[in-house]
Amino acid sequence: MNIELIIGILNIVLISTTPLVFAGIGELVTEKSGVLNLGLEGLMLVGAVSGFITLVLTGNYFYSLLLSIISGVILSGIFAFLVLNLMTNQIATGLALTIFGIGLSAMLGKKFSGTPIEGLSPYYFIIISFLLVLSVGYFLSKTKSGLMVRAVGENHNSAYALGYNVIKTRYLTIIFGGVMSSLAGYYISICYAPMWQEGMTAGRGWIALALVVFATWKPWRLLIGAYIFGGVAIMQMNLQAIGVKLPGQFFNMMPYLATIIVLVFISSNKLRLKLSAPASLNVPFEKNQ
Amino acid sequence: MIKKILTIFTFFSIISVSALYADQKKIGFIYIGPPGDHGWTYMHDQGRIYMENELGDSISTTYIENVPENADAVRAIRKLAQSGHDLIFTTSFNYMDQTLEVAEEFPDVKFEHATGFKRTDNVSTYSARFYEGRTVIGHLAGKMTKTNTIGYIVSFPIPEVIRGINAFYLAASKVNPDVKIKIIWVYSWYDPGKEADAANTLINQGADIIVQHTDSYAPCQAAEKAGVLAFGQASNQEAFCPNAHMTAIEDIWGPYYAAKAKAVIDGTWSSEDTWQGFKEGMVEMSPYNKKLLSNDLIAEANKIEKSIEDGTLHSFEGPIYNQAGELVVKEGEVADDGMLASMMFYVQGIDGDIPQ
Repeated sequence: MNIELIIGILNIVLISTTPLVFAGIGELVTEKSGVLNLGLEGLMLVGAVSGFITLVLTGNYFYSLLLSIISGVILSGIFAFLVLNLMTNQIATGLALTIFGIGLSAMLGKKFSGTPIEGLSPYYFIIISFLLVLSVGYFLSKTKSGLMVRAVGENHNSAYALGYNVIKTRYLTIIFGGVMSSLAGYYISICYAPMWQEGMTAGRGWIALALVVFATWKPWRLLIGAYIFGGVAIMQMNLQAIGVKLPGQFFNMMPYLATIIVLVFISSNKLRLKLSAPASLNVPFEKNQ
Repeated sequence: MIKKILTIFTFFSIISVSALYADQKKIGFIYIGPPGDHGWTYMHDQGRIYMENELGDSISTTYIENVPENADAVRAIRKLAQSGHDLIFTTSFNYMDQTLEVAEEFPDVKFEHATGFKRTDNVSTYSARFYEGRTVIGHLAGKMTKTNTIGYIVSFPIPEVIRGINAFYLAASKVNPDVKIKIIWVYSWYDPGKEADAANTLINQGADIIVQHTDSYAPCQAAEKAGVLAFGQASNQEAFCPNAHMTAIEDIWGPYYAAKAKAVIDGTWSSEDTWQGFKEGMVEMSPYNKKLLSNDLIAEANKIEKSIEDGTLHSFEGPIYNQAGELVVKEGEVADDGMLASMMFYVQGIDGDIPQ
């Protein structure tokens, strides 16, 4: 193996893993505050399509990025309102958000699919993704607000008794997660495969969700996990191209398999706490109890 | 009550000879992807539109898009059958058993299943000889490659795909015995990200031509970006990769769809198997890219098309050996349709194994 080949492989791994890092780190923060958002796939698709449409209409990358972010704020804001104020079931609402996002993005993008665009270099986003993981890690472990987010996620009643605004904190983390998912979608439709086609995220939102569990809610483990998932997928393509016989379907399900194994491990409560699963995850918060 | 009246009304309108009440035939389509994929489903939808233009008011059409190849397909097909469709096209290989299941429940509805091989009294099958196009692009790739390495992105190991790989390789190695093809299975018809990854991986490993048997134009785009060559898939994709796109194999379904709809209107429809290629116009090559291909090469490609059309050339001419070195098609013979339809082996010279 020569050095050029290896650099080439690393380059492809970086390009293909970045959307997982974006969506994963956003969901990690959301889950740290005790909210499970299963709507990543829908958020990504709407982020992808709104960025794409704006780029086609205005030709301006900044506006398209802005619109993509705004779509994430709006959609995750709706999700937050439903689960925090109306206290709907988080799992059902998240699934609904995904289904809604798939349909909405398909409807919005219908006229635009097949419009050629000039893609954006993926490297800005790759650098930002690393910085993002670093800052989220710092934020959660070293800053007061980060500790507040974790307190809310561990025990929202105690956090409330201490005077923290549980609802406001969760609004912010949900919207952060939503924006990160939109950015992941934007990256896919503008940098990774510059095009819009229905359902083009092809299940990456679910892999990002699995990744958060796999990383046991630690930012740096999430980064490593994302690169393991992404790296394995690209390595198996390389081995295939060299002519090594591999069970490709097995590699496709690997992220989920790995996550199930982690879930089995953390199913005992003691270990679960040790591995830092937020204790109030998916538990609705009622102010006056 | 209204339904009953409608049913009676429809019944009388069928037997009525008055043109005023001549019933409009309803024709339904089941699509695997979105019509906007600019590949497989797009071309089926173009066929549907062609049929509408040809037959005008005598038909009306409906389609259901993004139908997964599982039990959901049964529901989608049944929905069309129940809502009074006379003819239903199911346009992907793995709708096979689902089509048969619904066809049994609705013996009066006619079904047409694309690329399948199971037929009953009210289920026809049809497909195009895409592999004839693969022979043309194989020839071009064999002549155009400088690294003698061609990257080939494929979806699932089914006969249609294997047949394409073999036809491509036979033509490429005929003009360039040193040519090697590297194959990546992505296990998806449609995942632009993964298709782009596969293309980049192949380019990184030295491929200077990208061939695909998946549905998005991401591989062609990746080739354009990396400055290598590519072929489009199912439809003309030159707009997305003008400096990489040499030509594409196009699926032309319109005339077939119109003929079958006409047969239903005339009451002459019968269950049959149709497999057409260049000759009948079901497979066509997109305009050859003059920026990339020399006039001589374009002339050669045209000649191959002509020869396949008039039968002097076949994509699978003997002697053909499989990977184990066994003679599968004798010298002077060509592979018969039975062998082509069930082809699950690589010809000699292709490295690697077909995944199980």
